[in-house]
Amino acid sequence: MPEPILQIQGLNAHYGDFQALYGVDMEVSEGEVLAVIGSNGAGKTTLMRSITGLLSNGPGQIKYHDKDISRLRADEIAIQGLSMVPEGRQLFPSLSVRENLMIGAQVGRKGPWSLESVYKLFPILEERKDQQSTSLSGGQQQMVAIGRALMANPDLILFDEISLGLAPIIIKDIYDALPGIIGEGMSAIIVEQDISKALSVSSRVYCLQEGRVSLEGTSDTVSREDISRAYFGIE
Amino acid sequence: MTLQDYHVTRSSNAARTAAILGALILIALVAAPWWAGRADMRLMGEIFLYLALASLWNLMAGYAGLVSVGQQAFVGFGGYMLFALTMFAGLHPIAAIGLAGVFGALVSVPVAVLIFRLRGAYFAIGTWVIAEVFRLGFAQISSLGGGSGSSLPVAIVKSLASKRAMRESLSYWLALGAAVTVITAVYLFLRSRKGLALTAIRDNELAARSLGIDIWRTKFTVYVVTSALTAMIGALIFLQKLRISPDAAFSVNDWTAFVIFIVVIGGIGTIEGPIVGTLVFFALRETLADLGTIYLIVLGVVAIVIMLKAPKGIWGLIRARFDLQLFPLGYRVMVPGKTDKS
Repeated sequence: MPEPILQIQGLNAHYGDFQALYGVDMEVSEGEVLAVIGSNGAGKTTLMRSITGLLSNGPGQIKYHDKDISRLRADEIAIQGLSMVPEGRQLFPSLSVRENLMIGAQVGRKGPWSLESVYKLFPILEERKDQQSTSLSGGQQQMVAIGRALMANPDLILFDEISLGLAPIIIKDIYDALPGIIGEGMSAIIVEQDISKALSVSSRVYCLQEGRVSLEGTSDTVSREDISRAYFGIE
Repeated sequence: MTLQDYHVTRSSNAARTAAILGALILIALVAAPWWAGRADMRLMGEIFLYLALASLWNLMAGYAGLVSVGQQAFVGFGGYMLFALTMFAGLHPIAAIGLAGVFGALVSVPVAVLIFRLRGAYFAIGTWVIAEVFRLGFAQISSLGGGSGSSLPVAIVKSLASKRAMRESLSYWLALGAAVTVITAVYLFLRSRKGLALTAIRDNELAARSLGIDIWRTKFTVYVVTSALTAMIGALIFLQKLRISPDAAFSVNDWTAFVIFIVVIGGIGTIEGPIVGTLVFFALRETLADLGTIYLIVLGVVAIVIMLKAPKGIWGLIRARFDLQLFPLGYRVMVPGKTDKS
């Protein structure tokens, strides 16, 4: 069993008085791809925001490389090698494609990812490198967001709603690129609404329902019935 | 027309023309002591110093989102440093100006630590309160004239240059140098790695944070650098005026309200904006100053109309209309067959 890279224990998350996560436990091993599924409002994005430090957590709830990161600021966590491809891509509109990618490299971590290797993964970005990021199509913007996260040379990359708002053919392109990314020995958490897509690329799957883990299993053995029960909460 | 026909460039004909024109204007301005009268040189010197103040405030508010209404704290601090360092430490005025910048940076550190805990309107008011504290503080120092202020001793003025014409030229060149240095520094900073991070923060603070950009430190750096340079400009301003008092040194009207007016009507968040704004401000001031209070009312009306009709300022209008950028920071797509219209 490879070493766990990320350990989440009893994670609670709040937006003011509203509690969005209730005692979530989760573990990601080195080189593992984890899928997190769940309906709208189940807490998937909240989980991502907690891990990346965009929401503040209680102490001891999230450990990364055996180090407690639950109280660190988002930028301190990013420097530890944890990158996110955020929902809705969140590119910087006044910057060009190349500059957006360069922002990812600000953390200054060494590794296989550089402008060249990102351009090799997504050749279209090299053609468009001097264009404003918002002038690209949705799929190309998603590629910039992925490239930007990779430029930080993370050990763990989070994809939040990777296929949201994209045409099916683009989603296929993005998923085709995934093995090239994860093949570099990186761990990944993929948040996805499309369950079959999520299962096809991951080794294990967690399902969230109303802020709790409703199902945890290996992706090739979970049954459709289990998933729909965990997803919708119907017996 | 295929896709390959398009090309993307940072530079443009307009930017190149502007660079050449700018260089010519700069040469003419440097030569001003040989062609301009005393009053004109004095006015131009003042214009340059306002241009520098406005460019600095624009970097801070327009790019780093730090809307301070208390920069007069550093203008006054710099002015007083000039007086204190030349009168009591016997420094040459130019050395004192440089040192005023260093002290300005030092004093801005605890100020930043304090006021960075505040956000938005609270931050703005906090900066103003700090400036008032500075004013009251300097009014207590009796060796600097207390509340009534003091004049720069003749010997120190003469140490700059013995002849009056030479002194006036020198102080004009210092003002021109300050404006050019500040604009160049802002431009180079925005094109640097740190500037990239600053633009990213302005675009999307949350995304910038989750990509490892330390927002606090980036804004802190901008605040300290801006404050140091503002203190140096303050020293220059009072080297021109030769007299300092707490009310003049820490005037919120002179050093912040007018500066905000310049940046807002010119176009906040652009390098060109403060230049346009300064020219408009001085054009208004020179034509309306005789009207007394009406002049201030006109300024207010102009500010309100521009904020309502053109929230991105005059330069924002020009840029939207003609797609013009004189300081090439962004990129543009060139369409073949269509000439560069700007």
